[in-house]
Amino acid sequence: MSRLKIQNLTAGYGDFQALFGIDLELNVKETVAIIGSNGAGKSTFMRSIAGLLKNAPDAVQFKGENIGDLPANKVVEKGIALVPEGRRLFPSLSVEENLLMGAYSKRKGPWNLNRIYELFPILKEKRNNPGTALSGGQQQMVAIGRALMSNPELLLCDEISLGLAPTTVKDIYKAFPAIQEDGTTVLVVEQDINQAMAVSDRIYCFQEGRVSLEGKPGEVSKDDIKAAYFGM
Amino acid sequence: MDWVNTIVQGVLLGGLYAMFATGLSLMFGIMRLVNIAHGDFIVLASYLALVVVTSLGLSPLISLVIVVPLMFVIGYVLQRYLLNKTLGDDILPPLLVTFGMSIILQNVLLEVFSADSQKLSAGDLDIASINVSDQLSVGVMPLIVFISGVAIVGGLQFLFYKTELGRAFRATSDDQDTARLMGVNNSHIFALAMAIAMAVVAIAGVFLAMRTNFDPTVGPARLLYGFEAVIIGGLGSLWGTLAGGIILGVAQAVGAQIDPGWQIMTGHIVFLVILIFRPRGLFPRSVD
Repeated sequence: MSRLKIQNLTAGYGDFQALFGIDLELNVKETVAIIGSNGAGKSTFMRSIAGLLKNAPDAVQFKGENIGDLPANKVVEKGIALVPEGRRLFPSLSVEENLLMGAYSKRKGPWNLNRIYELFPILKEKRNNPGTALSGGQQQMVAIGRALMSNPELLLCDEISLGLAPTTVKDIYKAFPAIQEDGTTVLVVEQDINQAMAVSDRIYCFQEGRVSLEGKPGEVSKDDIKAAYFGM
Repeated sequence: MDWVNTIVQGVLLGGLYAMFATGLSLMFGIMRLVNIAHGDFIVLASYLALVVVTSLGLSPLISLVIVVPLMFVIGYVLQRYLLNKTLGDDILPPLLVTFGMSIILQNVLLEVFSADSQKLSAGDLDIASINVSDQLSVGVMPLIVFISGVAIVGGLQFLFYKTELGRAFRATSDDQDTARLMGVNNSHIFALAMAIAMAVVAIAGVFLAMRTNFDPTVGPARLLYGFEAVIIGGLGSLWGTLAGGIILGVAQAVGAQIDPGWQIMTGHIVFLVILIFRPRGLFPRSVD
């Protein structure tokens, strides 16, 4: 069953067009990864789904409802949460306050402070520290926890391994099965191709604002990916 | 004892200046909005109180029950439907729009109420005082104003740091896009912040009208005192703003004690000295 359907999505910033007619579909409980080089349009795509960039209403369909023209504060109420690139924690808020901000939309569901602390126990120890005083990996845990606090049915993760040590990335991805357990669909943007292949059911490769490859990790070859990634 | 009396009167005056400044501090702290019309809104609140007092025969303090909600609504509507449209990367549009509003407000008040000086009488409260010693007495009205200033700052501090709405204010001030991702409607949050700031402005306006004479042109000077208190205290710090107001009040009182003509100038000199040695103010936000 389709949870998210993207049809002919175009987006950009002013005169600069970053996406050219993207089509993509995500099913319930599925994890899909988007890979692609810098400037391929991956983050623009995520920002478009999350409502930070306005689209045609039917360009983004979530559970059969057109939401392409909704602002971000309405999109999160529908059940879509974004872990933004660069984590974007609120500097004047403590770890716990950052997490509580995630619950601002008051959506009901299985996630609450206690469950986030079970998922990332280190955050409980550091809950009164300023969010930005934590290590990069811990900040990423706060960013993921904050998104989960809105009890999303679709979690968008934009470059969550960027700038982190491989062991930290592994620790963060270890949390994914617990996230998916409750039926949350996950869409990740990853530059680390191996990581993307390891966590996803399907991958899409973006190149210059277009989908250049789609397939299941076991079915696409390294050469296919290389060609789609670099346009060779 | 003269000097002790001077300092005490200065501290009490500082409570009023802190009230002038708190609204400014809120608007700048949350929306990065410098409201040039701030002083004129204080005077508008004074005139609204005058209308309420003269038409309904209420005491000025009771008029707060009407003036505060009225200014709250004016603040919300103004921010939601006008000022939000001016906010962005460029700081010039809100400056120009609020400058325009300042001129409009002054002229409308002049047209409606004339240039005659007005004052609200609090009756017996105007002259009531508490004798601390033979040589030192404290006016009840200035004391009420000071306590109100402290209570407002304390209340706002609680709102900002202990409530969900305050958390949303701080988050939106930090990062508007990310706040939207949490479900925050920034336009509504900014409008609420302006509404709260205007409620404080209303209290400041009523107390101004009870403490001193006012006319449609006194707004810009209140804006200046407000700015000075905010900057002395440190941008974004509410307790700092209270401290800034008190320092300014004491400086003016000391100046007046030396020579009545030096009152205002002494306040400006102290402001400049603090700006030179502590450009971010005495208690900037990071120290909060």
